[in-house]
This record gives sequence, structure tokens and C-alpha cells, in this order.
Amino acid sequence: MSTPLRLVGAQDRNVRIPLASSVPAVENEAQLRALLASLSGVDAVGAEARAAKLATRSIKKSTKLTVLDLAISMVDLTTLEGADTPGRVTSLCTKAMRPDPRDPTVPSVAAVCVYPDLVAHARSVLGDSSVAVASVATSFPSGRASLKVKLLDVAEAVAAGADEIDMVIDRGAFLSGRIGQVFDEIVAVTEACGDAHLKVILETGELVTYDNVRRASWIAMLGGADFIKTSTGKVTVSATTPTALVMLEAVRDFAETTGRVVGVKVAGGIRTSKDAIRYLVLVNETVGATWLSAELFRFGASSLLNDLLMQRLKQRRGAYVRSDEFSGD
Amino acid sequence: MTERQLANSQLGFLDYDPAPESATIARLQPSYGLFIDGKFTDPAGHEQFASENPANESVLATVAQASVDDVDRAVASARRAYTKVWSKTTGTERAKYLYRIARIIQERARELAVVETLDNGKPIRESRDVDIPLAAAHFFYYAGWADKLDHAGFGADPRPLGVAGQIIPWNFPLLMAAWKLAPALAAGNTCVLKPAETTPLSALVLAEILQQAELPDGVVNIVTGDGATGAALVAHPDVDKIAFTGSTEVGRLIQRSVATGDKRLTLELGGKGANIVFDDAPIDEMIEGIIDGIFFNQGHVCCAGSRLLVQETVADEVLRRLVRRVEQLRVGDPIDKNTDVGAINSAAQLARIQELSAFGESEGATRYTSSCVLPEKGYWFAPTVFADVAQSHRIARDEIFGPVLSVLTFRTPEEAVAKANNTNYGLACGVWSEKGSRTLWVAERLRAGVIWANTYNRFDPTSPFGGMRESGFGREGGRHGLEAYLNV
Repeated sequence: MSTPLRLVGAQDRNVRIPLASSVPAVENEAQLRALLASLSGVDAVGAEARAAKLATRSIKKSTKLTVLDLAISMVDLTTLEGADTPGRVTSLCTKAMRPDPRDPTVPSVAAVCVYPDLVAHARSVLGDSSVAVASVATSFPSGRASLKVKLLDVAEAVAAGADEIDMVIDRGAFLSGRIGQVFDEIVAVTEACGDAHLKVILETGELVTYDNVRRASWIAMLGGADFIKTSTGKVTVSATTPTALVMLEAVRDFAETTGRVVGVKVAGGIRTSKDAIRYLVLVNETVGATWLSAELFRFGASSLLNDLLMQRLKQRRGAYVRSDEFSGD
Repeated sequence: MTERQLANSQLGFLDYDPAPESATIARLQPSYGLFIDGKFTDPAGHEQFASENPANESVLATVAQASVDDVDRAVASARRAYTKVWSKTTGTERAKYLYRIARIIQERARELAVVETLDNGKPIRESRDVDIPLAAAHFFYYAGWADKLDHAGFGADPRPLGVAGQIIPWNFPLLMAAWKLAPALAAGNTCVLKPAETTPLSALVLAEILQQAELPDGVVNIVTGDGATGAALVAHPDVDKIAFTGSTEVGRLIQRSVATGDKRLTLELGGKGANIVFDDAPIDEMIEGIIDGIFFNQGHVCCAGSRLLVQETVADEVLRRLVRRVEQLRVGDPIDKNTDVGAINSAAQLARIQELSAFGESEGATRYTSSCVLPEKGYWFAPTVFADVAQSHRIARDEIFGPVLSVLTFRTPEEAVAKANNTNYGLACGVWSEKGSRTLWVAERLRAGVIWANTYNRFDPTSPFGGMRESGFGREGGRHGLEAYLNV
């Protein structure tokens, strides 16, 4: 009798993405509702346990150096304050292009992220550097405005030179069950973005349950998001590792069923290299190394960058340097 | 089918630099004597046997083979301590010692984790995050009961049994010692503990901890050795109670041996746990649960979820995701902090796993084996999943006690229950569903001592653990765990 033996191969560990792209066309709310209902639920205890387990991974030596550089290149250096001025944005853009002026091997960050009115200024400072200009729009952070106002917000940011738009979903509509409205807005903003990349902020701290996070992730991806993003950074609960895990699983499943690869951005409260490494381990072990690139994973942060620089120097020199070694912003 | 395989980048999926825990903090002695009457005997006075590191076959230390006379001296010491000291101490006093032991285990946790990993082959992540913290937790928990036995539900002033002989397995060496010693001491018994032949070292470190805690001499005695030592302990006339965790085979022998006397007996034996997956289960967490259920501790777990029963409607999807996840498991050096699956505990156990797995193939199941590279030295078995398994296959019936999962399917809840119960064992089962009413319906009908819902291999000192049928009898953990050591 022949023995049916099949060794699992390295190919089995990869996320398999079908070539034929087939994002299902969503024609009405009932269809969208049915699609979301077909998604598996999330067991909160299990998801949190998995994230906690992956947080114990120990990243050392050359892997650590690689990961620190990778994390630097994934930072969306952010300032979203009422007190923002052109001067502050200039300083941020300078830092974004050359995070550590003494060391040319430090990569630039992925983007600077500002309010729409400062996009033109950021654009002029960054010039033709590799650093993109990202702008929050759609009445960030609450999203409480008419669609007309939100689209104008987006159009102005794009016109001023934004490469990336970070929109917020209408959490009020989502939580009251008007998911068709949430979807339609994302579709409309996708169109208004034109060539600009769209990141859709779910504001997971307001969605509260992991089931909601998974559903909102799918609505955003079906609506045309290039990235799904955890948080605005303006509510009490921002990015958490279990939330990121659920979003990464959504991105993986979406790629496998539709052929479309969507990125993930975690934002809010990520301040240390240790935090950043934990997220990258989650990425590596959930969706795989393909997502370990600024094209598909970002950190929305400000103070994180200096900690990454400090750890990078510590890895090379074997000792910590003073925090004043690095510019404040 | 046209598919794009996404290439791995420089980091790869499985490629982290080695992150080894320091092996030197184990501070092992070259050779050990027996722990009798509060002191270590001279190693030179005993025949010695080696305890090796199953990950590389190096000898870690030699330990004493306790003879029938040694066992007799250990029992005599326990009897003396019982009569003269321990039976006269108050519950509050006993609690003081147990709290002390728990705290010292915590203080020496890192050292104990390394010893456990070196001697057993389990990943340091598990010994550090599961075995050692749970061992401390058991001492803390039963310390709390020591002065509250009146309220344990066995009437006023329940009495201890006397001298307990305790024989423990090699899969969770320190944790099993804690499961046995903590309730016995809290209830007022004295103990003679026999660790497993292949994993005696953490129990000997525990002996040092008992000295450090100034536990009165003879209250706990530790005798190392092989099956003959265990048999001498079981046969000893002055032992009032035998508690055994191990194989069903040996359990039968013990039960036969004590049947003629008046020794109390509790047995915690083998299992062939069913993990039942319904089509509405939370899929990502369920996949993790299946992985934890069978690959935790290389599958050397009596309650392992070694049979996966999947509803047929989702079987293909579950298998696809499961195989992908198996391929991601990091198999290798147990002392590396990123290792998920470590070494098989002994050559004998490896041979048994290989033998039973070969049946899986010859009986026609489809075998998926991780392509991980196994180290050359030591005892290793790549994580394996068998699909298309039938109820009649040996891999669906026999306990393999290794990283081998058998996948079967079912159509209805009734069929799932029937298949899960169609085994001689009855230790543990898991049920995965988002529908609570169905989970409860299934759980009520499963013949197993432990049922997990939407999780697997979760342990807590407050929760009783134990089996039915060929998985043994008696409970460990919780209030129920005291009953095994009280004359009630």
C-alpha cells in the first residue's frame, strides 16, 4: 500500500495571494451585512493571549539592528496639535529626512503626518526627498461633519501636495448599524484621493470589541483602503497589540480571498523601541515578512523615533547615550 | 491554480538570531544523593545513574538510584516527622512553610526554569512562563487552605492520612512535584516523593529550597531512581497513601499492588483528548488553541488535545490554516527564548512516537510534517499532523504522548460527542464554538474530567484536575485536591 506522505514545505508558511484580483463588489447594505456576518468571530481571551505570547519573543543581535532600522523607515512622524506652526513642521520635516544627522546610514522615516493646512508647507520643506507627506482629513479626529465637508477637506489636502490621506471612519454610523454609510464614505474618499494613498482610521478605542475591529477592517478594505489604521491618538485607548493582531489577520484573510494587499498602521501610544519590535514580531508571525516594509506597515508616532535612534546607537556602541544626544523634534 | 507566493524578505518568517538563556545559572552539582530527613545523603553511597539533556545527549549530573533500603529509610523519616512534628503543627504553622517555599520558588524561578529546560527538553519560554510560575502558585494556593481545612467541605477538623508516597512523571517535573506536595503538606501529611528517572534534577533543587525554607527534617523526602524505586515505595507497608501520575500501564500495576492493603490511591494517567471544533468557532484563536493543545510541551501532556474533531463543513479551511501554522513553529534548542517546540524527553519516548506515527502512514492517513531542520544530536520529532484519520486507526486510539495530531471530522454535535467519547480514556476535551448553549450541551455529554471551552491546556491551582475511566481517579487542584490527602 502506498504511503501518502506530504512534508509541509516552506511555501506553506507563506500567505498565498491569488493573482486574479476579485474584491467583491458591494452593491447594497444587505450584501455588505451578509459579508460581515460571514466573518469568524474573535475570542477576546484567545486574541489577547496570542498577542501576549508573541510579546515574549526575544530579538537580539543582527536581527535587532535590522528591525530597528526597519522601524525607523516605517515611522509616520506626526504632529497633530492645535499649536502646530510652520516652524514646528519645518523642524519635523528636517528630522524626518535625516533622523540622525551624524549618521548617514540611518534611513529616513516614511512620512510626516500633519493637518491639511500645513501640507503645502511640509511639501515645500520635503521637496523631492523620499519622505511622503501624509495628512489627516475628513474632519479629523471625530469625523463629525457632512460628507461634503469631509470630501472638500480631502480634496484640499491632496491639492496642496499630500501623498497620503489618513481619514477617520464615522464611528457613530458604525455603532448605530449604518454600515452602508461608513462604506459609502470610504468609497467616496477613495475617489477624492486620486493618486494619493488612503489610510482608513478605524479608531479601535471607540469600536471597543475585537469583532467590531474585524468588521470595520473589512468595510475599509472593501471600500478601497490602501492601509487600515488603528487610532487617531486622540482618544484614551489607542493602538494595542491584540487590536493590531486582529487587523493583521483581517489583512491576511483579505489578501488571500481577494488578491489585494492592504497595509496596516498602528498609531497612538507607541513610544519605545520595545513596543515597536513587539508590533513587528506580530507582523512577521501573522502575515509574514512581506509586510515588513514601509509600503505595508507604519507606525504613527513622534517620540518613538528618538528611542529607536537611541537603541540603534546602543546596539552599535554597547552603551546608552544621553537622550539629549538627539534633537527634540 | 494561479497563485503568487509572496517571497520572504531578509527577515524571513522564522529567522531570529539565537537568544539563548544562560545555561550556567542552573548551578547543578556533578552528582546528587537522596534527600532524606532534611539532608542529602552522600552520592558515593549509592549506585549512580546519569540524567541527560535530551536536546544534546550531554550528561547534566548523576543521581542516586534509591534501593529498597533507601526507600525504607525515607519512609521511616517521613513517619517520624509525621508523628513527632508535622501532625502537631497548627495549620497556620504549615501555611508559613508553604508560603516560604512558594516565595523561594519565585526568587529562584530563573534558575529552576533553566534546570527544567536542560533536564526535560521543554522550551525555556514554557518552563519560565508556565511550569515555574504555576508551581509557585500551587504552593501559594494550598498555603491558604492549611489553616482553613474546617471550611473545605469535609466537616470539622479533617485529619491527614499520614505518610504519602508520591510518584511523578517527567513531563512537568517541578510542577507535578508542586501538585503533589502542596496539598499533602497543607493537609498535614508528610511525603516521600519519587521524581521520574529522566527528570530528577528540579526536584533536587526543590530539596535545597525546602532546606532554605527550614521545613522540619523528614517532612518531605525525595528518592530518585527507576521503576524499582517506585515499586518499593508503592509496596512499603508504612505508606498510607499513594499518589501517582504517569502512564495507564504503570497505573494498572500500582492499583493491582495496593488492592490487597488499605492504602489510599489516586491515579492521574494517560489521555487521548478530543478538541472539538464547530464551524462557528473563532477561527484564529481556535487554530492557536489546537496548536497549544497538541504542541505545548512537545505533546508530552496527559491532557493533550491529540484528536482534533472538526465539523466537516470547515475541515478543509481548518486544515489549511493548521498546516500553515505548524510550519511556522520554531523547533530547536530549548534554551533559546524563541523556541516553540523543544526536544523529545528521551530516546525511549522518541522510539514510541516514531512507532505510532508509522502506523498512521501504514493505515492510510495523510501525513503533514513540518519541514523544520532538526538538530543532529538529541531526540527530536518534527511537529506532525495526520489528516483523513479514521476512528479505528491506532493514531486515533493510542496515546502517542508526542507532537502528533490526528484530525477527524464529524457532521453533527451528536456525532462529535460520540466520537469524542469513543476512547478508553477520559481526561480532557476542548469545545470551540461561539454559541454558548451548544458548548454547554456538548460539555454535559462528554465523559472527561476537564472540559475547556474556547481554550486548551489552561491550568490554575484553584481548578480541580483529573480524569475518569482509564485516565485515573482523584482530583488535584482546588478544594477537591485536598480530599486526596484527608481522612474523609
